[in-house]
Amino acid sequence: MQQLIYFIRKYKYFLLFILLQILAFNFTIQHHSYHQSKFVNSANFISGGFYNKINSINEYFYLKTENQLLNEENVELKNLLAKISLPSNDSLYSKTDTLHKIQKYNYTVAKVINNNYSKRNNFLTINKGSNKGLVSELGVINSKGIIGVVKNVSNNYATILSILNSSSRINVKLKNGNHFGSLIWNGEDYALVQIIDIPRQAKLKKGDTIITGGKSALFPEGINVGTVDDIIIKNHQYQKINVRLFNDMSAIGQVQIVKNLHKEELLTLEEKSNNE
Amino acid sequence: MNNLVLNNIIRFIGLLLFQVLVLNHVNLFGFINPFVYIIWVFLFPFKKNKFALLIFSFLLGLSIDFFSDSGGIHAAATLFIAYIRTPVLNAVLGKSDFDYVLFNLRNIAFIKAISFISLLTFIHHFVIFSLEYFKLSSFSTILYNTLLTGIFTIILSVLGIILFTKKK
Repeated sequence: MQQLIYFIRKYKYFLLFILLQILAFNFTIQHHSYHQSKFVNSANFISGGFYNKINSINEYFYLKTENQLLNEENVELKNLLAKISLPSNDSLYSKTDTLHKIQKYNYTVAKVINNNYSKRNNFLTINKGSNKGLVSELGVINSKGIIGVVKNVSNNYATILSILNSSSRINVKLKNGNHFGSLIWNGEDYALVQIIDIPRQAKLKKGDTIITGGKSALFPEGINVGTVDDIIIKNHQYQKINVRLFNDMSAIGQVQIVKNLHKEELLTLEEKSNNE
Repeated sequence: MNNLVLNNIIRFIGLLLFQVLVLNHVNLFGFINPFVYIIWVFLFPFKKNKFALLIFSFLLGLSIDFFSDSGGIHAAATLFIAYIRTPVLNAVLGKSDFDYVLFNLRNIAFIKAISFISLLTFIHHFVIFSLEYFKLSSFSTILYNTLLTGIFTIILSVLGIILFTKKK
């Protein structure tokens, strides 16, 4: 016993150092796994509040570009609306069915209050949280394309796992074809992301548009991602496919969070078939 | 004594806010964000109070992690340089016994102070980028990032120390 106390006394600084270092490594490893970084994230009251204050000053400098974006999206939506042949105003055929929900997706708007894009693993912080109905694992987009997936949620803030992160894998496909692949990021250029797991039968060429696949329950099908920038082929296999993003990830203001209302139904069905 | 404690608390909060609100968004040449908050570790008085140094260095790193969503990598790196600070200083000065109580970074030769700061900065940055990339295949990227970011951290740290500390 005396030996033990003597030992602890002699190496007390070293023991404290090892203890704290283990704690730090524990946080790091927890952070790398998808669901578990409950403790260290910027969606908490203090850091979220700080970023919110600073952002309320910063956003005045970007009002012009934000307005421009909104205008462009309005024009796009108006054009879409004009294309739809509207049903005749006959009230006989219009019905409002609130019992059987036809609506599949629900969108919430939020403001980015902190944005990273120069690190290997990037996260964004937004100013909406569980009070506004957000939960983890919801898709995040803006008018130009995809941004990421909601990771941690507090009462008033949430963090987003950016597509510029080593843990991010998003199901994408070709706009003119049905071949699927996964979107990853190699950490080099924030304007370029990569596609892997695309079968060699897929006919890819430079300038092709890449959209979300709709295979995962996160994003609706057909959200813009980017265009194919260059392709490296080795042994008749796609070695590397670079995709130039439509979004400028260094300047993100307003985002929309997509909630899939059929997600639970879809997941339970899939689980049921897997268990049988 | 109280003055010293107050000084360190103000420096802690000031450097933390300066780091997360300004320096984390510098993005010089697209990717360089200097980590100047480690000045706090350099300037913490060299007394026998090593417990406080270790615990508060850990907390400083962890606070940076909270703001930048990086898990615990800043906490690990800052704690590491706080632990090896005294051995590094001994190695730089070339003696093992000196007056800890009256020690001041401004009193030793400029070139020795610079090499002390540079060594700790490069070690700190190397730990950070290794933990961030966490892959042996990106070793060259880790070294490249460590070197470039380290140089800017050292320049800003030395300027900061010269401007904001009094020569005794």
